[in-house]
Amino acid sequence: MVETVLETHGLTMRFGGVVASDNVDFKLQARELRCLIGPNGAGKSTFFKCVTGLQTPSEGEVYMRGVETTHWMPHQIASMGVGIKTQTPNVMDSLSVFENIWLAARRFHNPQDANRKTQEIIERLALGSIARDDLGRLAHGERQRVELGLVAVGDPWLVLLDEPAAGMSAEDVERMTEIIHELNKTAAIIIVEHDMKFIRSIAEKVTVFHQGKVLMEEHVDRVMSDPTVRNVYLGKKA
Amino acid sequence: MPGSLSKDAITILLVTAILIWIMPQLISTYTLTILIVYGMLGLSLGLIWGFGGILCFGQAAFFGLGAYTYAIAAINIGESTFPMLLAVLVPAAFAALLGAMMFYGRLTDVYLGVITLVVTLILFKFINSTAGPQYVIGNARLGGFNGIPGFQTLNIPGRPDDYIWGDSYFYVCAVLLALVLFLVSALLRSSFGRVAVGIRENEVRMSLMGYDVRARKTVLFAVGAAIAGLAGALFANWAEIVTPSLFSLGQSAEIIIWCIVGGLGTRFGPILGAAGLAYLKFLLGQQSVVDNTLITGLILVLFVLFLPKGIVPALAGLWKVSFGRRPQGRIHQQRRMRNRGGANG
Ligand SMILES: Nc1ncnc2c1ncn2[C@@H]1O[C@H](COP(=O)(O)OP(=O)(O)O)[C@@H](O)[C@H]1O
Ligand SMILES: [Mg+2]
Repeated sequence: MVETVLETHGLTMRFGGVVASDNVDFKLQARELRCLIGPNGAGKSTFFKCVTGLQTPSEGEVYMRGVETTHWMPHQIASMGVGIKTQTPNVMDSLSVFENIWLAARRFHNPQDANRKTQEIIERLALGSIARDDLGRLAHGERQRVELGLVAVGDPWLVLLDEPAAGMSAEDVERMTEIIHELNKTAAIIIVEHDMKFIRSIAEKVTVFHQGKVLMEEHVDRVMSDPTVRNVYLGKKA
Repeated sequence: MPGSLSKDAITILLVTAILIWIMPQLISTYTLTILIVYGMLGLSLGLIWGFGGILCFGQAAFFGLGAYTYAIAAINIGESTFPMLLAVLVPAAFAALLGAMMFYGRLTDVYLGVITLVVTLILFKFINSTAGPQYVIGNARLGGFNGIPGFQTLNIPGRPDDYIWGDSYFYVCAVLLALVLFLVSALLRSSFGRVAVGIRENEVRMSLMGYDVRARKTVLFAVGAAIAGLAGALFANWAEIVTPSLFSLGQSAEIIIWCIVGGLGTRFGPILGAAGLAYLKFLLGQQSVVDNTLITGLILVLFVLFLPKGIVPALAGLWKVSFGRRPQGRIHQQRRMRNRGGANG
């Protein structure tokens, strides 16, 4: 049997009158790659924040590898081996690329091993020429790539990425796709994404959110051709 | 931080040796001693604020607590070694408790400022109101606004009759400051220090990488209080009396100004800022033409406007521009990139 790495039961998040996440049942298997799509305000980020401990859901439960993590804090969830990238870029701007990644590596390794792991990741992500530069001085695409490095260096078994390709050039997106595929060899991945081209190139199974609810969970081709989805999501964009 | 810890040690040793030799020829050791004490106090806030992002409006509370702990313990115990230790431990423990409350309660920075401010005020009010004879700890009367005079001052460990005073006390304080500075450098170079800087830069990111931000901030806060406590004990030995004004908000504000003027995020800046401004205050105190606080305020405004990063970063920048190895570094980088290109192609 394939292990379930992430599961939610009736996950609900209310902000005053707004139900941002509405009774979401979700299941992700080991080494699966899943895309979450849906129009702006559909509740993707809210779902993401509840799962990562950045917000505590109003109702429902979250399980990771069978352990209930509903009320855990982000650092506890990350310590289990979960790599997280939020929607807004989240890096240490006045520190170098090396220092950023080293800090992420140090959490799981002793200082010497952290040095080695950091070098490895820097080479894998082709960050060598900017390793000593401060994050604040880098281009958007490079910063996103470094943040992916922070996620990858901990050898996670579950990776959660909120809009990793947002605002990136085609070349950067291609590189990002490669990295994600490589991560996927050892980790289950959830990607929240807007860009349909990117989704097509990367995912098979897609979960569609709409008004806080799961509208549909299907193969990407079926989702794209579905009239309801076209109506709520693609129709609006076109 | 560039360089290594052994380089830090050599730098600190050299600077200390030179200053110990030159400064007494310019300024009396009595005045220098208090500048050192304030330097240590500045360093305590510079550590937690500049490297941990914790802006504490009540650093004077730990300073005062250290001073009072020393005075009370010295009256009760006599020999000064254990009172000195207590003066470090009591503020550290107090800060650990207060810090745990604030950081585990997920208070935002603004509330942190308010709470540390209020705690300082409460301590000030409380100590001020202890003039009555019922306020005693062991043999020590707290004395309210009169303070506590007449306690045993620093002695050679184990020999309560051999006092360390005058020039010797100045040397002891100078060496202690150098030692504390070295320990702070070691801390900042350790994983703990690097993680602290990471937390200063982005708390959310660090917690998403698995770091318990609350615990680390609490520890750092306590370390800062320990240093402030030591400075407080040294102050008590220098002044030979402790009074509630040690806890005053004015004192807390001054420490913050020292850090801004000297340079946040540097180790030397807050020490320099503290010693410099305290000496200026001392000079201004000898005349009555201009008001003291007015000048301090003016200096702060000028710095915020024209040198917002403070003296030490400005000097470091100037040094880099004049003597930096920038161009050489760029050549190296170009070569590296060319090599990369060659390997790929
Ligand atoms: N902290 C918050 N407070 C109030 N409303 C919120 C908050 N976060 C999200 N919302 C609301 O919840 C809904 C879902 O938002 P979000 O999860 O960010 O959507 P998505 O990521 O799919 O674009 C939106 O209507 C948004 O306005
Ligand atoms: Mg979103």
